[in-house]
Amino acid sequence: MSVKQQKLELVCPAGSAAMMRAAVEAGADSVYCGLNDETNARNFPGLNLDAAELPDAVRWMHNRGARLMLAINTFARAGGVAAWQEAVDTAAKAGVDAIIAADIGVLAYARDTWPGLRLHLSVQAAAGTAQAIGFYVQTYGIKRVVLPRVLSVEEIAKLVRAVDVEVEAFVYGGLCVMAEGRCALSSYATPGSPNLSGVCSPPESVNYHQTGASVAARLGAFAIDRFEPGEAAGYPTLCKGRFVVDDKISHLFEDPVSLNAMDLLETFRKIGVAAVKIEGRQRGKAYVSRVADAFRQSIDAIEAGQSTAPFASLLDGLAEGQRETAGAYRKTWR
Amino acid sequence: MELALGPLLFNWSAERIEHFYAEIADESVFDRVYLGEVVCSKRMPFLEPALVRSADRLADAGKTVVWSTLALPATEREQKLTRELADFDGEIEINDMSAVYARSGRAFTVGPYLNVYNEAALAEMLSFGCVRLCPNIELSLDATAHLHRVSPTLPIELFAFGRLPLALSGRCYHARAEGLHKDACQFVCDKDPDGRTIATVEGADFLAMNGVQTMSHGLHVAAVQVSSLRAAGVTALRLSPHNVDMLAVAAAFSAFLSGRIEAHELLSGLSGIGLPGPLINGYLYGAPGHMAMPA
Repeated sequence: MSVKQQKLELVCPAGSAAMMRAAVEAGADSVYCGLNDETNARNFPGLNLDAAELPDAVRWMHNRGARLMLAINTFARAGGVAAWQEAVDTAAKAGVDAIIAADIGVLAYARDTWPGLRLHLSVQAAAGTAQAIGFYVQTYGIKRVVLPRVLSVEEIAKLVRAVDVEVEAFVYGGLCVMAEGRCALSSYATPGSPNLSGVCSPPESVNYHQTGASVAARLGAFAIDRFEPGEAAGYPTLCKGRFVVDDKISHLFEDPVSLNAMDLLETFRKIGVAAVKIEGRQRGKAYVSRVADAFRQSIDAIEAGQSTAPFASLLDGLAEGQRETAGAYRKTWR
Repeated sequence: MELALGPLLFNWSAERIEHFYAEIADESVFDRVYLGEVVCSKRMPFLEPALVRSADRLADAGKTVVWSTLALPATEREQKLTRELADFDGEIEINDMSAVYARSGRAFTVGPYLNVYNEAALAEMLSFGCVRLCPNIELSLDATAHLHRVSPTLPIELFAFGRLPLALSGRCYHARAEGLHKDACQFVCDKDPDGRTIATVEGADFLAMNGVQTMSHGLHVAAVQVSSLRAAGVTALRLSPHNVDMLAVAAAFSAFLSGRIEAHELLSGLSGIGLPGPLINGYLYGAPGHMAMPA
């Protein structure tokens, strides 16, 4: 495949209709959201759209020249597949621009029932090789793959050349250190399974326990982190906690950092990435306004042959854990 | 009901591996034995000759030998190895979607690393050539029973003994814990023949690391009434190799399956052989995986 360089499409998260509008007003080309049930991977209380809201949301987006994608990206429950099929029907009838799915059963249903519906392969499918992506292209006719966040830039460049499909890469927000869709850490400790119920380290399982001066943040029965006086007690996301191996306490899996690949936007454009994605449907209007604005200006600057450096400070203070990384995009991460 | 020995997930020496499978060939009750590196391709060059010799010995002893693919092939070399295995004429188990494509319709076993959670996904897999299913470890026995009702003739092999493979990463935690980089890891995962325990800051043993894989600290044991296993369509139990007397583990499961011992006797027998963690079974009951529900 020859690599087509094109202007990067900016894909932003929406946990509500208000957040969707905020994202577009700040410069998003596309917005993705889920329905408020277990069919999407951010199944948090008060988040996502009701099926009845979807047609209006699509109309509003199209009037603004923007695209709406619906994430139906959990794995359907055995015996409960109908709920996922209904979500696909809802999306198709509302006229969404694409659905984002990972389950081959859901993809097959969408392909067979709604032949005109554009399919994007969710990051939850963990398709990070040309063969895996090729399989989804050949079998389900996917038009875009959202890449797992465990690949380096060099690997992405090779992949873009090797596959006949648009590539979307995460550039900002929460960072999974495990291959997405292949991680059962949360369901081992709590009733929340990312794959099955769309939740990771669920709030219902979080409790804080004071021992002397320090506070332990627990998920179910397990302490995920411990904070000393004066230390900000963060949310105990399982893979970002502190653990003990051989008597040494460390952030074993990953430091409490979030992804920021603004510096790599120009590289992504050069290697033929079609779209860049912001994580964070759960983070609200103010967040998406600032992040969409910063990345809009950066992408426009690249098109004008200018540096993105002036826009880096627009993201100050937004990162979860207040610290950022380019993650696996730089090979030294491993 | 058959007994299967799952692929070895830990980094044992070639010598140890050959000795282990010789014993399995000569003395065990296993019907099927899965070989091949699932976790980390860097281990392969050292182990392959021993595995190939083991395969011959196991086959000569009348065992069905199945080769398992890597669970997360990423580099070009790993993709090439996966393609080559997908082309293999014998029985293979697939643990990554990339190999489904390369298998191009020939028969294969769906391994526990594939996301087959429901009847629609299973129907797809059957159309690609799936002839046997080892359900994803997160599936409850009820969910497995549902898959069985939809595909009643499909052999189902339940993950029944061992630390659970919970997650895979591009990053190697053994290397990270030792202050090394994955690309120069010095194969430090060989220090831990059952994985290395990860404890919480409150001192509770929680998980175990095995290179790029994160596992449960507890050992999952499917000590479920045999009638319930059959009702869920289970036709084989998979035991995952650990650094204990696996012949004794297999013998205990064999006694349980034939009705010579009860579930509680199986559990108490296993508790006495020096396992690296407590016995758990939560996933089978739709509960968090670390839990131990009454047998």
